[in-house]
Amino acid sequence: MDITVTVNGEPFTLSVQPADVLLETLRSSVGVKSPKVGCERGDCGSCTVLLDGHSVRSCLVLSVETDGQEITTVEGLSDEGLTRLQQTLIDLNSFQCGFCAPGIVLAAAELLEEEPQPTRGDVQTAISGNLCRCTGYEPIIDAVLAAADTAEEPDR
Amino acid sequence: MTTLRPFEAGYTQDLRFVGKPAVRIDGIEKVSGAARYVDDLDFGPDLMYAEIVESPHANALIKNIDTAAAAAMPGVAKVVTGEDFPFEFGLYMKDRCVFAQDRVRFVGEQVAAVIARDPRVAKRAAELVNVTYEELPSILDPMEALDTDAELIHPDLADYSRVPWFFPEKNTNIAHWRKTRKGDVEAGFAEADLVLEGDYTVPRYAHCAIEPHVIVGLYDHSGRLTLWSASQSPYTQRHLFAEALAPLGLSHKDIRVITPYVGGGFGGKAGVSMEIMGAALATAVKGHPVKIRFTREQEFYNTYQRQGVVAHIKMGVKKDGTITALEHILNWDAGAYVEYGANVVNAAGLSATGPYRIPNVSIDSKCIYTNLPPGGPYRGFGYSEFMFGLESHVDRIAEAIGMDPVEFRRKNAITEGDTLAYGAEMNPSGLVEAIDRAAEAIEWDKTETSDDPTKAIGKGFAVFWKAPAMPPNPSSSSFLKFNEDGSINIMVSGMELGQGYLTVMAQIAAEILAVPPTKIRVETPDTDRNPYEWQTVASHVTWSCGNAVHAAAVEAREKIFEVVHQVHGFEEDSLYLEDEAVRSSTDPDFELPLKDFVIAGIQDVDGTYKGGPIVGSGKFMPDFITNSSDPETSQGGHPNVHYTVGAAGVVLEVDRETGRIDVKKVALAVDVGKAINPSLVEGQITGGVVQGLATVLYEDMRFDEKGRLLNPNFTDYKIPTAHDIPDEMIPIIVEVPQPDGPFGARGVGEHTMIPAAPIVANAVKDALGVRITSMPITAEKVALMLIDETKERRR
Repeated sequence: MDITVTVNGEPFTLSVQPADVLLETLRSSVGVKSPKVGCERGDCGSCTVLLDGHSVRSCLVLSVETDGQEITTVEGLSDEGLTRLQQTLIDLNSFQCGFCAPGIVLAAAELLEEEPQPTRGDVQTAISGNLCRCTGYEPIIDAVLAAADTAEEPDR
Repeated sequence: MTTLRPFEAGYTQDLRFVGKPAVRIDGIEKVSGAARYVDDLDFGPDLMYAEIVESPHANALIKNIDTAAAAAMPGVAKVVTGEDFPFEFGLYMKDRCVFAQDRVRFVGEQVAAVIARDPRVAKRAAELVNVTYEELPSILDPMEALDTDAELIHPDLADYSRVPWFFPEKNTNIAHWRKTRKGDVEAGFAEADLVLEGDYTVPRYAHCAIEPHVIVGLYDHSGRLTLWSASQSPYTQRHLFAEALAPLGLSHKDIRVITPYVGGGFGGKAGVSMEIMGAALATAVKGHPVKIRFTREQEFYNTYQRQGVVAHIKMGVKKDGTITALEHILNWDAGAYVEYGANVVNAAGLSATGPYRIPNVSIDSKCIYTNLPPGGPYRGFGYSEFMFGLESHVDRIAEAIGMDPVEFRRKNAITEGDTLAYGAEMNPSGLVEAIDRAAEAIEWDKTETSDDPTKAIGKGFAVFWKAPAMPPNPSSSSFLKFNEDGSINIMVSGMELGQGYLTVMAQIAAEILAVPPTKIRVETPDTDRNPYEWQTVASHVTWSCGNAVHAAAVEAREKIFEVVHQVHGFEEDSLYLEDEAVRSSTDPDFELPLKDFVIAGIQDVDGTYKGGPIVGSGKFMPDFITNSSDPETSQGGHPNVHYTVGAAGVVLEVDRETGRIDVKKVALAVDVGKAINPSLVEGQITGGVVQGLATVLYEDMRFDEKGRLLNPNFTDYKIPTAHDIPDEMIPIIVEVPQPDGPFGARGVGEHTMIPAAPIVANAVKDALGVRITSMPITAEKVALMLIDETKERRR
């Protein structure tokens, strides 16, 4: 069947099978590669995308469910270069291998959208569904807090 | 090529880029979604997928494989079995084949594969491959495998080709036995005021890189084999593929391994594991790229696992705390194939004294075959495993003689020039400084009590060390070239696993050539383009490849000075580089920007041009290493380049009712020689501490009685989330220079994980008075021990 979705601001009409998951549709049919295949069962969060502004695990979302919705991946976070959050994550050397980064950036961006001045605990909770094996999370948490601290207005 | 000249000019000058917390050069790619990993590469409509048929048995003979039904399924391109690829492979010992031959030795072992354009077709067809097995009794416990009447898991062990420093025991399940003997242990025990013995066990662990293993292979119609591989070891993979596939007529020049960014390795993507199938299967469907992407389950059971170990320690001490003798027996559960894992066993067998000065030593490190998945390298490479027991034991013996455990460690700490267990000398080391600074950071001298009566606070301490475990001739090389605008490309074949290697290589070249790291691009490897690197393992690339990049930059600088001398006449030793320009100490007004001539050359007075593109090449190979030692004692060789040492302490709170452990503070001090990039060193510390804490607090691979892994996913094998980190982590960088390291640097990647387990064991003892000698120290285990203790007291 056909679905119509908006991916990073661009409309797409896609032909999908009933069992197709959003992760594979995005990677194979749209060609957006930042959502990663890590576990295919919703444990690791590396496939995180924003669906109408809310983070979801795209490996657990059926493509047919997304008809008419707006999907944002890290490539589409901002029209004008990097967000303050992304720049702070770069400045603090927050990521190592980077495989979890697209998902964590989106989860943190969603948090800052909803809570511009989060606590450390808020940040931990917001990214606790995204596994990172390299960093021990601390440099990521520090960067999200730093990005929030300096934000004159909500990020993005 | 220019080789390294230790301490050449530039080391003592004020540093502009080395030692500074430069921003990662790959940061923007990773945060913007631009970074590409193997699974992200597109191969077009020609791409095929392979599904692996796996053994359901831990030990069985293959009686028959019927592929007819699978091959007949529409859409199936090819079905292959061990008959198609009867080729052996392995890094240090060739004890396995591309696909199982007449026998399977662990649950999940590859028996056959189905290739199809549609991965769903491949999966369905794989289920139709009918394998008839004759099940054999399996051996899952290494101690059982040591029984004299145990069935042999590898009856042909003695015939396997292997490196000369491995010593298999014929007609046993011992694939390698590293014996180290120094002094006279019996005399050492006789001399001791106290001799204490103890047993410690460590289970198997999984690396859990978030990116699964992926490989795509293309054997094109010209006979060229190209692999896109998520690997720490592109050159070693090429070499092992060339060796294994030599019967097909492939040579090294025909094989190309391309490794884009890797989504975490931790040793799990070192050497060759599942990738051998990608290389072989590509040859089965000439002209079509073939992809294997492991599922998370396969990731757990058919790559490498960290080996389990059963350890026995006997240590003698004098009343004043001097260690007189150590006997350390390590029985390793190495799994079904040990082509890599046997070297983990070897490394431990040389260094299981820990960073202590001990006159009388006996170490037996045995690599034992079992019918569990193959063991292999994992961050720490044996040291994480044996240091749990050793550092637990050191606390016990200090307590037994009434000495403060930190003071005990300081007293016995190894220092430069001390004789190692195998007779070589210890390298420069800041161990005592690390001990003092880590102890101070956790306020070791201050006793803390919890306000909550149901909770107890404990402090724990441990030291650590590790040397790279390598063959005697591992090497690195580097090419460097200038561009028209004075920017630089560096080509190396170490792998960016997240540790920040590319950035550190850029910083080293930046320092020598006075060009900022932001104007230097360092790319991930392609064996057709980038020069040789052994592997990105052993925490050695900053040291080894850093030396190669240093040498390449020095060679480029010499060429720059040569052409400036030729045209402008300045003596070469009066020239220096500053702010992307050449200057002269004899003429303060002279300034020649690099961009003006590094490609175009310098115009001479007669209008001609001199010079041309500036390029440099460099290499490094340690020339003082030998693995030729007496197999009975390990004396006479010099197997390790150097050790990185350090110390760590923890403050934790334990719930007396639930056993739950809450880690309040961890301080870890490590002597990195010179932190080329302190921010990245700190990243290694926080990441390694959290990864190590997980092995002691909750991770643990569980197998059933048939050898099946029970928790091959992140639901049942928990790794830390952002909520599961210490309240505070204190990274401490100690810098006692390594004489042959680039700017004095030595490796740090693996080390930060090593002390996590013993600091927790020692802190739990401090908090509750209970000594737990088996990992992991879960809440359940602590609570049960407290219940037992209570019962014991009531009796």
